[in-house]
Amino acid sequence: MKRRNVKGLNLMAVWQGLMGGEGGKGDRIVPPTGFTAQLTLFSAGAMAFLAVFALALALATGRLANRWSAELAGSVTVRVSAPVAEQEARVQSALQVLQSTPGVGPARVMPQDELAQLLEPWFGPDMPVDALPVPALIDLPITGEAFDPEGLRLRLEAEAPGAVLDDHTEWRRPLVSAANRLRMLGIVSLLLITAASGAMITLAAKAALAANGQVIRVLRLIGARDLTIATAFVRRFTRRAAVGSAIGTAVGMLGIALLPEANAAGGFLTGLGFRGWDWLMPLLIPFIAAAVAFVATRWAALKMLEAVR
Amino acid sequence: MRDVGFGYHEGAELLSGMTLSLQPGMFHFLTGPSGSGKTTLLRLCYADLLPTAGQMKAFGQDLRGLSRDNIAELRRQVGVVHQDPQFLDHLPVAENVAMPLTVAGEPVDMEALRDLLGWVQLTGHARALPPSLSGGERQRAALARAVILSPELVLADEPTGNLDWEMSMRLMQLLIELNKSGKTVLVATHDLNLIRATKAQVTARVLRISGGNLQLAGADL
Repeated sequence: MKRRNVKGLNLMAVWQGLMGGEGGKGDRIVPPTGFTAQLTLFSAGAMAFLAVFALALALATGRLANRWSAELAGSVTVRVSAPVAEQEARVQSALQVLQSTPGVGPARVMPQDELAQLLEPWFGPDMPVDALPVPALIDLPITGEAFDPEGLRLRLEAEAPGAVLDDHTEWRRPLVSAANRLRMLGIVSLLLITAASGAMITLAAKAALAANGQVIRVLRLIGARDLTIATAFVRRFTRRAAVGSAIGTAVGMLGIALLPEANAAGGFLTGLGFRGWDWLMPLLIPFIAAAVAFVATRWAALKMLEAVR
Repeated sequence: MRDVGFGYHEGAELLSGMTLSLQPGMFHFLTGPSGSGKTTLLRLCYADLLPTAGQMKAFGQDLRGLSRDNIAELRRQVGVVHQDPQFLDHLPVAENVAMPLTVAGEPVDMEALRDLLGWVQLTGHARALPPSLSGGERQRAALARAVILSPELVLADEPTGNLDWEMSMRLMQLLIELNKSGKTVLVATHDLNLIRATKAQVTARVLRISGGNLQLAGADL
């Protein structure tokens, strides 16, 4: 049964149904425009496609900024530098200080293999890390607001020589700032796409109105109100923008869905996409495109009709 | 209209000091040489132009104070037939004739539309597109479109200008029928023979524009 329904689905008929609405009673007063209609559809579709990616960029960078901010703010590192013979003792001194620090969880000395992993990108996998004068690293999770990094820094200086607190601020700030700027770039792109769509629809509507000057003149002479004439154009362009952008949005969402999953490395590009409820946001694009087309065409039509008595 | 003046360019008045009142239910002719302002006077009547001087009223409203929507309303009460009538060329004749109803948001009575097309002898052309009509057929279609909203006033601007004598008389016959049914008719023409032939069938008032002024024509017509 299902198979029969699918086979019976005539895509051409669906397409004509969507576009054929232009033959409605009110719309018939404006002559059909085949090629221009296709161009408007294409432009609206392309804009919607780009809008999906701009939205994905804005959302992904927003997530990235939040994640980096939260992850890096969730822990601090204590670096203990000392000659090899004294390192263990100094680590123990530092641990004692950390144990009595409010607002932190249990401190953890990073084992050698983890250190080797951290250094691998710089020295390669075969470098014997234990032969290097590498400082010991203590990972300290922050669990409460009582944590005072400045106080801890002073206590370490006084009670655990060679131990330095690194609260990641130095490199967290530019990362979060970069992610926030990328998010802003995505939002600006969305606004530009919306404005460009409005401009494009206005131009197309103005061209259609100019091409139909005689029709408009006849309609005014037989008693058509401005709004009646404008509505015929508004309906037509709103429908084209909605249909074109629905197609563009669907293709864009499919493209996003086909992107590789974010892997453990958390590469930025593989993180580009929508998560959970985010998938509902691009569905707003056709409605916004239709609203933009409605406003742009109505404005262009009423403005132009003022010149016709 | 009272003391109405109009000029397309500042300082050069085409019409001046015109005072005219159309008598309801009367057949009027407006005559005068080409370029005398017949078309301009008609355009003033349906607010396509606004007078530069004087006062112009239609159906109790001052035309100079009308909003764009009010102008549209006025044009539903005034049927206009032009010398070269324009249509929506992508729509069949029947839809063009019914267009005033469509844009006014009124339902189209198909029976009445058929009768109207029959009255102007265009029943066989109901589905034809306007570009395929002859000159006489276009004028009759324009007349049908002008009267579909049952306006009180019908204006015709040189409606027979492009027609031969037989076609012209056919069209005038329709206008005479309209007048006999109680409509006020104003026909602008420079064809004196047409005026004489029409006056033989209906009482008509003949107005002449000369030198920018309006006069009642003499007994020679």
